Amino acid sequence: MTEEKIISVNNLTKSFGNFTAVDSISFNVNKGEIFGFLGANGAGKTTAMKMLIGISKPTSGEASVAGHDIKINTELVKKSIGYMSQKFSLYDDLTVRENITFFGGIYGLTRNEIKTKTALLVEKLNLHEMANQLVGSLPLGWKQKLSFSVALLHEPKIVFLDEPTGGVDPITRRQFWEMIYAEAHKGTTIFVTTHYMDEAEYCDRVSIMVDGKIEALDSPKNLKKLYNVTSMNEVFLKLARNIE
Amino acid sequence: MSIKVQNISKSYHKFKAIEAISFEVNQGELFGLIGPDGAGKTTIFRILTTLLIANEGTASVAGYDVITDYKAIRNSVGYMPGKFSLYQDLTVEENLNFFATLFGTTITENYDLIKEIYIQIEPFKNRRAAALSGGMKQKLALCCALIHKPKVLFLDEPTTGVDPVSRKEFWEMLKRLQKKGITILVSTPYMDEAALCDRIALIQNGKILRVDSPENIIKKYDKKIYTVQSKNTYQLLENLKNYPSHYSVFAFGELIHYIDKNSDFNPKDLNNYLQENNQTAIQINHVLPTIEDIFMDLSNINQ
Repeated sequence: MTEEKIISVNNLTKSFGNFTAVDSISFNVNKGEIFGFLGANGAGKTTAMKMLIGISKPTSGEASVAGHDIKINTELVKKSIGYMSQKFSLYDDLTVRENITFFGGIYGLTRNEIKTKTALLVEKLNLHEMANQLVGSLPLGWKQKLSFSVALLHEPKIVFLDEPTGGVDPITRRQFWEMIYAEAHKGTTIFVTTHYMDEAEYCDRVSIMVDGKIEALDSPKNLKKLYNVTSMNEVFLKLARNIE
Repeated sequence: MSIKVQNISKSYHKFKAIEAISFEVNQGELFGLIGPDGAGKTTIFRILTTLLIANEGTASVAGYDVITDYKAIRNSVGYMPGKFSLYQDLTVEENLNFFATLFGTTITENYDLIKEIYIQIEPFKNRRAAALSGGMKQKLALCCALIHKPKVLFLDEPTTGVDPVSRKEFWEMLKRLQKKGITILVSTPYMDEAALCDRIALIQNGKILRVDSPENIIKKYDKKIYTVQSKNTYQLLENLKNYPSHYSVFAFGELIHYIDKNSDFNPKDLNNYLQENNQTAIQINHVLPTIEDIFMDLSNINQ
């Protein structure tokens, strides 16, 4: 893995009134890395992520994503990243094809590029029979695989995945991670949040947020050694007790 | 018998949400419906809470039939749907008061039951529900579902999207409610929560794969599972999938769970094969299956 920094965060802070949601966090993410961004509910993950994808302004501190300052060049940030979440990913009342065309358009792909990409995606995900079905009728696992692929349509340098596998069946969940691996192997940086601690083990490095601060950041192996436990679940339980 | 479900089926247009589902929940039992999104868990909950009528089959809750005695059921059960369904523009206290009044009771009458949960959100009792964090909303919803002292509590995916610490606390809370004599039917997509239930039904694509205690499901599973690890996990996954007699290969955290097709499988042969494929620091160990292992195997067989 190259040590080229693709995300660098410096004392990033976000306050709402007198509540500090993100409290001066600093970290770097390397190119091609699978970076797990963990924390309890309410620890500030979503707020931090919103700043990194350019949809929320920090109160103080700096960050650059794919070489762009998140305070100044928000539009350039958005162009260099892909984003998918469990809650909102695709339009249920558009077909698979229509969704790809729509998001391709949003990401500024040409008509021809969209055509090629659509064919490629349908082939890769083996969606031939479902290409003209409404996305709403697909099983959740398929939807998530499709929306991951859609988030990669414009070949972003980084893709942000916000709980991509919540509620997904265990087999599809593993297939999804194989897609993540393959994409990281190609050099795309993966920034992912999850509540499945077995998935935390699949990350190159993991950060754990507690009360707006990053309390730990290292490879799963080193974190387990540091806290003298055998699983990431135990690391998490040791660190993130009683938040809220 | 607290809940009795016999051959229940429900379709939405052509889509069969659940097919010939049968199971029973004993009085005072903590029973889990374990399965991913789309398995049909919510449909079962809606039928049992009388919000939906099945196409086929019969069901009863607390001795009442879901069709003929639906009003009696509504009075004797608590239901916490997967989606937050309290009034966003009422405060914490107003929501709780509203639900108490609806069931002809008061907060003070059954305060004992909710006390332990309610004191955690009491500091925010004047805050509107919309402004609560996820964890606090969940606790308020649970209080509202309990305020009329139900005989049976239905919890549809209470821990989805919840972090491991809060999940653990939530289950401890359920165990304490169970001790107070409440029968609990809970659904979850997290396979590791299965072990916390007295009995479970594994459910996938509208069908029940197994009903039993988690211990029995594990005891009765007849395939041998091996954990395999080496220096290069990604490559190891590929190697194992190319091993001729492999039955299934799944990543489990930093380990890989491997099942062989042959009953006379010798781990030494696999070790040699992996060495030939330049794997180093190879470790192969026999382990007991988890519910997740069994779920994946059963859902593969069923497809």
